[in-house]
Amino acid sequence: MTDLGSAPIPPVGSDDHVTGEGDGGLIVYADLGCPRCAGAWGGLRERPGRLVFRHFPVASKHPRSPALHAAAEAAGLQGRFFEMVDSLYGDRGRVDDPHLWSRAEEFGLDLDRFETDRRSEPTAARIRRDFQSGIRAGVAGTPAVFDACTLLRDREREF
Amino acid sequence: MIGVGEKAPDFTLRNQDGEKVSLSDYAGRKVLLVFYPGDFSPVCGDQLSIYQEVKPEIEGRGVELVGVSVDSFFAHKAFQEKLGIDTTLLSDFEPKGEVARAYGSYLDAPLGFANRTLVLVDGDGRVAWTHESPNPGEFPGANVIFDALS
Repeated sequence: MTDLGSAPIPPVGSDDHVTGEGDGGLIVYADLGCPRCAGAWGGLRERPGRLVFRHFPVASKHPRSPALHAAAEAAGLQGRFFEMVDSLYGDRGRVDDPHLWSRAEEFGLDLDRFETDRRSEPTAARIRRDFQSGIRAGVAGTPAVFDACTLLRDREREF
Repeated sequence: MIGVGEKAPDFTLRNQDGEKVSLSDYAGRKVLLVFYPGDFSPVCGDQLSIYQEVKPEIEGRGVELVGVSVDSFFAHKAFQEKLGIDTTLLSDFEPKGEVARAYGSYLDAPLGFANRTLVLVDGDGRVAWTHESPNPGEFPGANVIFDALS
């Protein structure tokens, strides 16, 4: 049975989704279907330094979230993770499958591979791994932003 | 706050469908009572949504998840549908907050609702574990529940 008891967030690993430079920076657990995350995303992206994105889809609240996270993960397998995330947060009204295919084409992705990857078990497992690490760290809403493994309260954030 | 080892006060409340549900209905099974302030508040929505995501893992440990607030069962039904959750929600509506008071979770006027309180009742109807948030604006992450169940 999966251990979901308390644990610190995992350190940044080689397969984390990382943008920006530096060793420190922020780790954000975010839901691609969450309007609050979309509102915060621009500010997070504009900050200098490293930003790590971890999946935290809350499917009951945002039914399209699992599909959006899978699309981002599949795009990431072709080197376009953050392009997909930026696009999904930037245009929240276009999140159905045809819109995802349109984005994949726009980013020059192999569409057949994108389709296979976004529906694959390894992709689901990768997303689940992030989600479970967030649960273990006490993530109780999104976006949950950690600075050096410490959760920042809303009032402590600048975005 | 009710103490660990005490007999959990029995109750009969209506669920989101208007059906009567008693704590004694869960005899022989563990039940996690999630007292929360009210339907449709942002924090309550987050709390129940996050718990819904790990509900299979909670149930996999032999525990039933049940929410309790002072809202009417009509409100519970709408709240459940809005969140897309299937967690049972019980209406501690009349007399208002009577069950929350019995468990020591009720916050008196001017608040007039339950604090965020988790109460794990074992199969013998005794309180096995509790958690009370420092204030209604904070809720325990699901990790706290799994710590208690480990």
